[in-house]
Amino acid sequence: MAGDGPVSDAKPTRKPSGEPLISARNLTVRFGRQTVLRDITLEVPRHQTLAVIGESGCGKTVLLKSLIGLISPTSGHVVYDGQQLDTLNDKQLTALRTRFGFVFQNAALFDSLTIADNVAFPLREHQRIDLETAYHRVREALAIVGLPSGVMVKRPAELSGGMRKRVGLARAIIMQPEILLYDEPTTGLDPIMSDVINELIIRTRDQSKVTSIVVTHDMKSALKLADRVVMLYPTARLEEDDRQMIFDGTSEEIEECSDKRVAQFLRGEAGERLQEMREQFESSRMHAAAR
Amino acid sequence: MSTGSASVGRNGPGFFGRVFEGVGDVGEITLAWIESVGDIVLFAWQTFLWMITRLPRRDTLVASFYQIGVRSLPVVALTGTFIGMVLAVQSYSQFRAFGLETQLGAVINRSMFRELGPVLAATMLAGRVGSSIAAELGTMRVTEQIDALVAMGANPIRHLVVPRFLACLFMIPSLTIMAVFMGVVGGGFYCTYVLEIDSFYYVSNARYADANWDLCYGIAKSVFFGAAIAILSCYRGFHCLPGAEGVGRASTSAFVQSFVVILVLDLLLSIALDNIYYVLWPEMAL
Repeated sequence: MAGDGPVSDAKPTRKPSGEPLISARNLTVRFGRQTVLRDITLEVPRHQTLAVIGESGCGKTVLLKSLIGLISPTSGHVVYDGQQLDTLNDKQLTALRTRFGFVFQNAALFDSLTIADNVAFPLREHQRIDLETAYHRVREALAIVGLPSGVMVKRPAELSGGMRKRVGLARAIIMQPEILLYDEPTTGLDPIMSDVINELIIRTRDQSKVTSIVVTHDMKSALKLADRVVMLYPTARLEEDDRQMIFDGTSEEIEECSDKRVAQFLRGEAGERLQEMREQFESSRMHAAAR
Repeated sequence: MSTGSASVGRNGPGFFGRVFEGVGDVGEITLAWIESVGDIVLFAWQTFLWMITRLPRRDTLVASFYQIGVRSLPVVALTGTFIGMVLAVQSYSQFRAFGLETQLGAVINRSMFRELGPVLAATMLAGRVGSSIAAELGTMRVTEQIDALVAMGANPIRHLVVPRFLACLFMIPSLTIMAVFMGVVGGGFYCTYVLEIDSFYYVSNARYADANWDLCYGIAKSVFFGAAIAILSCYRGFHCLPGAEGVGRASTSAFVQSFVVILVLDLLLSIALDNIYYVLWPEMAL
């Protein structure tokens, strides 16, 4: 249940309507001895836009990649539209992935292909479609993200960061997915381009009624885009019994949340981290002096 | 200070502890090595399965064939020529001492056909193509392009490994033939024009009965070398560690491992092919 996340005194969360489209159940991901995700349970209903926020290294991207099966959980499972991902064979998983769109942090466009071939890639992979029709659909997808058809002949290296992100979005929406996953869509962009990307995400959501999960640490984006916000906290900073999901609620609720960790993140304050840094600096200086 | 040393001495592992630790480390390395070999075999098996079930698109294949085969031809031709000439230089004085310099052609040609042609072509392929494959796929791994393929429901082995594997497999025989041809021409040129060996005797002695078998022998070996280079390089690229250092290490280890495997395979295949020869023509086994 999505709403049972908060361990802080956050306000009760909005109840999802009907069956969730995607859910993570007791998801734990470990890399060697490092636990990145610990017992995450999350449900995302259809047509909802969920923002997953949290500081760098708290496991946001790992959560997003686990939801599409790019990372296998150490324990727990992901259920998409009633199908448990870890019970599917390769063919079923491939078919399921065509219902997803994934916008990567740095767009992850194929360097060796032109923009046209990059955007047309999922179409040509999964549909028996001639090149002319594919390119026509590419032109339409590029128009949706506000790019001229002139970019079709270019290579990813010839585009700016903002243009690459928009091409990544065009590639993600060309198959008309049911769910769009965004990994840090505005990271590394100037404020104007960030706003353009946010508007595109909102427009895509409104036009195609797609379910969206946006991983970000840009609070402005999260508050602007999301119906619901979930905040993760790094496991290394948690006690044994603490929940990793420290907030689950609406964007209005998070602004009024009294949990110190949530409030600090919202205000962009380092808090006790600065004190820790100072202590670390002092102790290393004393070690050097003792030698 | 003394307390610190004493405490280290008391808490240290001791002689037997160190021995056990050493044995444990060796065991760990051995297990990691076996695991890695198993991974490579599985990787090769998956490549084979994708190769027989669903080939990549023609344009992807053509691009790989061009990049791996056609663009390697000049460097293979050049090195082949020089190896042929070097063979002539190195062998001339010894053959001349016995008055057998007109026999040089047979020695150069046989060496090029059986050994130097395939090994040279494979080494050049490992250096030029293998490390570039590992670096390219490693960069794709680091920049999430391989994840993007998977997220779009495309299989990365089918799209990235199979074209490169097929290109290495089918283009290395051509590269071997080019290396052999240029080596024979280079050796012949040096012997007849620089060392002034009579061209009539040089050419007539250079012809020998087993030339066709030797050419097939070299080409057969090269196919195995090509397959090994492609699999090892793609595997290293796929399992690249993050960052520029990871890509660099993947590229280096792809070349080093390919080269070692080429030499090991060369020995094993030479023994196997010689045995086949003696089974087919038992009268030659003297």
